[in-house]
Amino acid sequence: MTRLAGTAELLRLAVRRDRVLIPASILGLLVLALGSARATLDIYPDDATAAAGLGEIIANPAVVAMYGPLGSPTADALAVFKTVMMGAVLTSILALVVVRRHTRTEEDDGRLELVSAGVVGRWAPLASAVTLAVGAVLVASALAGAGLAALGLDGRGSLAFAVSWATAGLAMVGIAALAVQVASTTRGAGGLAFGAVGAAYLVRAAGDTATEGSAVHALGWLSPLGWAGRVEPYGADRLWVLGLGVGVLVVGVTGAVAVLDRRDLGAGLLPARSGPSRAGRSLGGPLGLAARLATGTLVGWVVGLVLGGAVVGSLMGSIGSLADNPQMRQVLEAIGGSAGSVEEIYLATETKFVAIAVAAAGIGLVLRLTAAERAGLTESVLATPTRRAHWYGAHVAVGIVLPAVLMTVVGLVVGFVGSRTSAAAPGVGETLAASLATLPAVWVLIGVAALLAGATPRFAPTAWGVALVAFVVGELGPTMQLPGWVVDLSPFTHLSQLPGGSFAATEALALTLLAAALVLAGAVAYDRRDVT
Amino acid sequence: MTDAITVSGLRKAFGRTVALDGLDLTVAEGEVHGFLGPNGSGKSTTLRALLGLLRPDAGTASVLGRDPWHDATELHRDLAYVPGDVVLWPTLTGGETIDLLGRLRGGVDEDRRRHLVERFELDETKKGKAYSKGNRQKVALIAALASDARLLLLDEPTAGLDPLMEQVFQDELVAVRRDGRTVLLSSHILSEVERACDRVSIVRAGKVVDSGSLAELRGLTRTRVRASLTDVPDVAEASRWPGVGDVAVDGTHLSCAVEAEHLGTLVAELARRGVTGLTCQPPTLEELFLARYDRTSPAYEEVPT
Ligand SMILES: Nc1ncnc2c1ncn2[C@@H]1O[C@H](COP(=O)(O)OP(=O)(O)OP(=O)(O)O)[C@@H](O)[C@H]1O
Ligand SMILES: [Mg+2]
Repeated sequence: MTRLAGTAELLRLAVRRDRVLIPASILGLLVLALGSARATLDIYPDDATAAAGLGEIIANPAVVAMYGPLGSPTADALAVFKTVMMGAVLTSILALVVVRRHTRTEEDDGRLELVSAGVVGRWAPLASAVTLAVGAVLVASALAGAGLAALGLDGRGSLAFAVSWATAGLAMVGIAALAVQVASTTRGAGGLAFGAVGAAYLVRAAGDTATEGSAVHALGWLSPLGWAGRVEPYGADRLWVLGLGVGVLVVGVTGAVAVLDRRDLGAGLLPARSGPSRAGRSLGGPLGLAARLATGTLVGWVVGLVLGGAVVGSLMGSIGSLADNPQMRQVLEAIGGSAGSVEEIYLATETKFVAIAVAAAGIGLVLRLTAAERAGLTESVLATPTRRAHWYGAHVAVGIVLPAVLMTVVGLVVGFVGSRTSAAAPGVGETLAASLATLPAVWVLIGVAALLAGATPRFAPTAWGVALVAFVVGELGPTMQLPGWVVDLSPFTHLSQLPGGSFAATEALALTLLAAALVLAGAVAYDRRDVT
Repeated sequence: MTDAITVSGLRKAFGRTVALDGLDLTVAEGEVHGFLGPNGSGKSTTLRALLGLLRPDAGTASVLGRDPWHDATELHRDLAYVPGDVVLWPTLTGGETIDLLGRLRGGVDEDRRRHLVERFELDETKKGKAYSKGNRQKVALIAALASDARLLLLDEPTAGLDPLMEQVFQDELVAVRRDGRTVLLSSHILSEVERACDRVSIVRAGKVVDSGSLAELRGLTRTRVRASLTDVPDVAEASRWPGVGDVAVDGTHLSCAVEAEHLGTLVAELARRGVTGLTCQPPTLEELFLARYDRTSPAYEEVPT
């Protein structure tokens, strides 16, 4: 047990460091679950109206692909239909962020070495991080379940809802625990863990859209996010699924411990390689450096999005066209934010999901400006005749270009695979256009990150929060009947209704100009502040 | 001789911490200037202000005739810097880092680069993450020394170097001085400062408390004198002699500390009292600095500032 010595102290430290992050995230998750349940129940107060209004649409594979299966055609199940899956994804992300923050990040930054020299067992940092993450997942799930029950939803169903989030969250704690041990850098661990979330989402989408009983449908049981959906709160209420989440947690942590016992502090499973003794031609300035440091990220995302795009495209086949009922179309439009066929609505929604993920990648690149500063790298660069604007601009430029590249890749892959799979699917050109049309909103979020990084490094990570809120407001705002001006605050609200609709050139231009203004404001602020 | 650096009344606060509290500093062109002071006294902050990374709250600074905050980019063409905490890009090799920093400065002097890599025995193919502390330091040193900057700002440049490498650094510093370049060197290693520096400035709590050549600073600190006398004075009497303090009497032995300017008077007095043995010890470098670093040291109060 000496290997666990100091766990309690480290846990206390971790709780202190996360005293804002975790409560704020949990609060956000609660607002998401309870707010949208409340709003849905206002529109569909009883099972009859619910069944009449949305029941059929929700059996539509396009919607199921995005949010998972509907438990039952009841008002309760409908009230949480979107938030089971969105919450499961967000809880998973919270879990992986917490685990990574207190393990690999600490190790990368050299602080763990200081701690490890004290009376701290080898397993203690991992144990405290896992404990904290498990605690955060359980508290978020339990409060959400209790809140739903308090809103008057079915008790057992509310418990199942909590189980659904907890299953995904706990499984992700296990996966993240393993990822942070296997990878040798914070970014590598993030790539593995976020990749696992993406893969889990895609496998789930493929499984859930397949016909029940088929092999592909069974494949959904391989994904922790698939489990979250298949708990089917307010329907089948499969509480035992929690066991699967706990199982992955145990297996993941056991595997992590096994790796931990075999590797050196600061290392991963793969040994560090040496490299060239002279710099290549491209490594000659801030942009060359930023691009070089972003290469790994770019490659990882391209691989991930090619695979993901292929899955999204191939699902076009299993998504049949829906009856041309105007009332249904109206609701579909509200959900998908697009006008047109089921395939088009499906594409529009998936594209938005990809866009927010890609925006997150871009924000990560822009925030390397402050990460470099925190690490102490910036002063070496700015002590040379490099203009601050140049250094700032290089980071922002990669943050702007990366999403454009990635959305192009996604558009091409989805369009190509989709149009091969189904004759009714939008073609490559249309898909690419829809994909690229999201860029102005993505750039606004990049602009916010740039402004924050330029003006105040301390608060720069708020850019993640801004992106998340913008997305959730854009996605759920209309359902939750938020005031129009709040919904309008999200850049995603102003995107063109593509495919199917027409390109809103004025809005796109306005968003792009706003993004440019934010970037410029950040440059001005960066030129005026202390760099430490 | 013109001045490479002139700073007057520089103030910088971080929230409630006052890092620089009216700092004055002059570094002449072509000299190697030592910059000493206890931990947290403001040395690194001063260097960052001289680089234009920090905007001073008050006071003026001029580096190579330029305002560092407003003309940072122009100024940096003539200047090289080794930060106090050397951090390297984890995924770039040492060689790539040296090239990158060199190119950012406008080009790499290949001969000098090769010479330095050889002298410091650096393995350039390792990734930043894999270097030991001393080797990280070498990368930063080579990048700075390979430039033909007129002014070098070095923040504890030998931290982590082994004695052999420290010697290499000293040699390179001699070469830099021979070229007529100016160096501002912050350091905690007194022997290094003694060997390399023409003048030193001592900073404490954000102020320069002493500035001058080591000989001048030595003159400001008291010499310790021990004498065997036939006619031993009592402590109170001896303490009244001009410039004398810290008196102790033990049998026929008197020991005391005396300011350099009063040493002659003291020796005459001792001669009258039948001195049979006499040792005079100038302050060691350590004593010199301890007296100035420690604000609670009694010796400090007697040091005229
Ligand atoms: N970015 C910052 N934010 C807050 N306080 C700072 C910052 N940088 C320096 N300080 C404070 O300013 C004071 C001077 O720090 P500085 O790093 O200049 O000391 P130093 O003389 O270089 O010390 P050392 O010998 O340990 O390197 C310290 O009290 C330090 O805590
Ligand atoms: Mg320092």
